[in-house]
Amino acid sequence: MTTIERIQAALPSVALETKSAADGTPTISVALSDVRNVIVALRDRCGFESNTFVTAVDRWPHEPRFEMSWQFISFTHNERVRIHARVGGDNPSVPSIVDLFPGAGYSERECYDMFGIAFEGHTGLKRLLMPEDYDHFPLRKDFPHQGIEPDRLYREWDRRRRERSPISEESAS
Amino acid sequence: MGPLKPAESHTDIESGFMATRVDELINWGRKNSLWPMPLGLSCCGIELMAMIGPKFDISRFGAEAARFSPRQCDLMIVAGTLVWKMAEACRTIYDQMPDPKWVIAMGVCSSSGGMYDSYAVVQGVDMILPVDIYVPGCPPRPDVVIDAIIKLQRKIERERPLKLLQSGPAIGEYDEGTKRFVRTPNQAVPTTRSGETLAPGVYEH
Repeated sequence: MTTIERIQAALPSVALETKSAADGTPTISVALSDVRNVIVALRDRCGFESNTFVTAVDRWPHEPRFEMSWQFISFTHNERVRIHARVGGDNPSVPSIVDLFPGAGYSERECYDMFGIAFEGHTGLKRLLMPEDYDHFPLRKDFPHQGIEPDRLYREWDRRRRERSPISEESAS
Repeated sequence: MGPLKPAESHTDIESGFMATRVDELINWGRKNSLWPMPLGLSCCGIELMAMIGPKFDISRFGAEAARFSPRQCDLMIVAGTLVWKMAEACRTIYDQMPDPKWVIAMGVCSSSGGMYDSYAVVQGVDMILPVDIYVPGCPPRPDVVIDAIIKLQRKIERERPLKLLQSGPAIGEYDEGTKRFVRTPNQAVPTTRSGETLAPGVYEH
């Protein structure tokens, strides 16, 4: 019994579309609305105890633009499985799995930081690697290769520096 | 040591007097007791540790008292790749250092961004700080950084602390065109011994 068959047996009501992956990992495409059900079934009925990563691929200019990707590992069965779901590029939003796999919190924050994909249900969704008031999402395909400097930041520092005396109340606190 | 010399005649020493200018005395004290703030951000930090350690031993130049509180430092050595996430912390540390203060950009990453021409990396710390000395190398050998400290000492020798008291601290100006902080010495400070003013960023060594 292959991994896919085992998952399909646990999820008779959901239509699973299998995909071939270059690394041979069993891969399943599902609709975004089914993602939570599939992941709950993977954890509770198929023995996938651990989340490896949550990330996205930007297929711009194709629509739906983002291809979400969750990978899970089962230590009891020594198996991996990957779940794909497509998300539109207009205010992209996917359900969070932090309540199921607490360790996915950082992955989701990084994914939000790089792609601007909101995770519904994530309790602390803020940028992980870029400054918090940065306006852009660097791993999107329409982000320029040279990058965009957070111009506003150092203008703001310079303005504050000009305004205050050498030892200010703000830096003394 | 510059113009701060023992008295010429034997009788002055006997009487316990030495004549010098206040500027020279202050500069002599400042340049020989630089307390570095070791902002080791990546691999340059390892060379920085080697520099402080016994083999290279910057205590020969009076700069071995590395303090990890910006309140006690007057020389900030930015050693390594500065990313934008860290940039605000770096600027805050600089702001918390008391005047007078100097900055050495150690390595190509902190001088110009180096090989990281990326959205995440500050393309030279002079985008957020005025820099006194740029040190090339990836990472630079400790002796090159020691050379930078010696150059900085020569630069400090030429400052006029009393005039700075009148006119405010000589910290860098932000240039909108190049988006860089330029470490322009205070207008009251000549950049050469003879009093001649050189272009900003050019110093006599």
